[in-house]
Amino acid sequence: MSTQETPEEKLPAGQDTAHGAVRVADEKNPFADPGLPPHEPRVQDVDERAAKRSERTVALLFTLSMLATVGFIASFVTIPVDQSVYIFPIGHINALNFALGMTLGIALFAIGAGAVHWARTLMSDQETADERHPIAAPPEVREKVMEDFRQGAKESVIGRRKLIRNTMFGALALVPLSGVVLLRDLGPLPETKLRHTAWKKGKLLVNMNTNEPMRPSDIIVGSLTFAQPEGLDPHEHGFMNEIAKAALMIVRIQPENIKDKRELEWSHEGIVAYSKICTHVGCPISLYEQQTHHALCPCHQSTFDLSDGARVIFGPAGHALPQLRIGVNDEGYLEALGDFEEPVGPSFWERG
Amino acid sequence: MKKLSARRRHPLAALVVLLLALACTGGLYAVFAPASKAQADETAQSLTIEEGKKLYAVGCASCHGTGGQGTTDGPSLVGVGAAAVDFQVATGRMPAATSQAAQLPKKKAVYTQAEIDQMAAYIASLGAGPAVPTEEQYGPEGADIAKGGELFRNNCAQCHNFTGKGGALTHGKYAPDLEGVDPKHIYQAMLTGPQNMPSFPDGSLSEQNKKDIIAYVKTVNGDETVSPGGLSLGGLGPVSEGLFAWIFGLGGMIAVAAWVAARTAKARKS
Repeated sequence: MSTQETPEEKLPAGQDTAHGAVRVADEKNPFADPGLPPHEPRVQDVDERAAKRSERTVALLFTLSMLATVGFIASFVTIPVDQSVYIFPIGHINALNFALGMTLGIALFAIGAGAVHWARTLMSDQETADERHPIAAPPEVREKVMEDFRQGAKESVIGRRKLIRNTMFGALALVPLSGVVLLRDLGPLPETKLRHTAWKKGKLLVNMNTNEPMRPSDIIVGSLTFAQPEGLDPHEHGFMNEIAKAALMIVRIQPENIKDKRELEWSHEGIVAYSKICTHVGCPISLYEQQTHHALCPCHQSTFDLSDGARVIFGPAGHALPQLRIGVNDEGYLEALGDFEEPVGPSFWERG
Repeated sequence: MKKLSARRRHPLAALVVLLLALACTGGLYAVFAPASKAQADETAQSLTIEEGKKLYAVGCASCHGTGGQGTTDGPSLVGVGAAAVDFQVATGRMPAATSQAAQLPKKKAVYTQAEIDQMAAYIASLGAGPAVPTEEQYGPEGADIAKGGELFRNNCAQCHNFTGKGGALTHGKYAPDLEGVDPKHIYQAMLTGPQNMPSFPDGSLSEQNKKDIIAYVKTVNGDETVSPGGLSLGGLGPVSEGLFAWIFGLGGMIAVAAWVAARTAKARKS
């Protein structure tokens, strides 16, 4: 619009009008627009030898990229996976990874560098100014569109035939429901799976390191042991789901140091079994400080006091760690006296 | 040159004085304290409980009690075993300067190995406890490194990080870096659970398991250890890697962009 309003004769002498419009100050626009500076040629624009040099540089960079790609494929084929190499100052590193990373890096960088050099030295660098057009359509076009719409609505008789209109709205509203129903295929509902684990009355506590059931004498004060329920097979389908809920940390605390009454009741001579799964977002939590009896979660630093019902003493966790009630069976092995009383792991909607 | 006294009102002056004072105190302690204790018995040759008792009376009894029964300043040593004594004293954690520190760091050992053996023999005589492990127990022969890695990730990595580089705990406590730690001391730490580290008695982590774990730690931390990804950046995981990528990766790209834009392509330089 401004170009149309600015008379040609007001432009300063020598200004290239195609190369940016200059607007002088007037009452409506108190600030003069200086426009773009005059175009300056590059060396490559005036010196054909320099332009040739630039062309060769760009071609060299692209050729380097090609060679690096060939090198990448060659390294992939020839270098053994476990070969190591000493590179100063990194040290001993895997030769294949180093070669692949290096060649791919060079291949990509050379393409970028070549493109930048090409654009800066050889592609046209004439500055051009494009005026923005008004976004709104002219009034007569708008009028025509509205007129067409009204006519279409009238001809479709949608305003008069109410039955068609209402059933059409009904059909359009129902169609998306098919998509919503398909979402059910994302998986069966969890039902009560979040509330139960593999622990049952009489299940033995099995040491995760030795895969053997444990006797109370194996658990000394200050020690930390991880346990899982007997009969969990790592090769079985669903093992990961089960172990993610049932993993336990077993510690022994002098009974007189246990502050929580229920904790002492559910322990066996001071041996307490707590869920290893953080109640915040479910990280395995086992940074156990044996003198303070604090267990720290490595993800968000939630801290639980294992001598006080695994109460949360710091961090974002919302619940104490669930405790498993344990006892000793007739053969003297530690066993569960039931499942956890509350869901293990992070809070979920229905848990509250 | 400005006089030193002219800077005494500098905001950092108090900090500098404090650091100097701490350095002096620590230095004096390091010079005098070990000397007086090391002189306790240079001539002792036989590993006798009597000799250990004498050393104990001079260097340990003020905190741990005259008979190892413990005081308010130090825990009872009855039943901790020779392994605990060997670990604590040989890694320089004991004797400690204070009982108030969040955690005792690894230092240069104050006693010779012979003296440590005597003290260990004395403490072992107070009550049964884990013995000092033998080379056969912690050496690399017959160790399964892959199994050790699995056990390390299951039992140790939560505090010591995946390759044993250590990590922070609560209130100034930390899990130390395991690089360069004597295999014997790693074994003893697992066995006795020093400070806030839980212990892993043979019942829950067998002798063979401990041997495997040590072999793993030594394999991933040796001089010849191959770092598959290039720069290990301290082996601390995503924090140092992210920091490196942001500072050097992104910083490098910004620097290149600035360099490209700063150079004019025009024939006439302005």
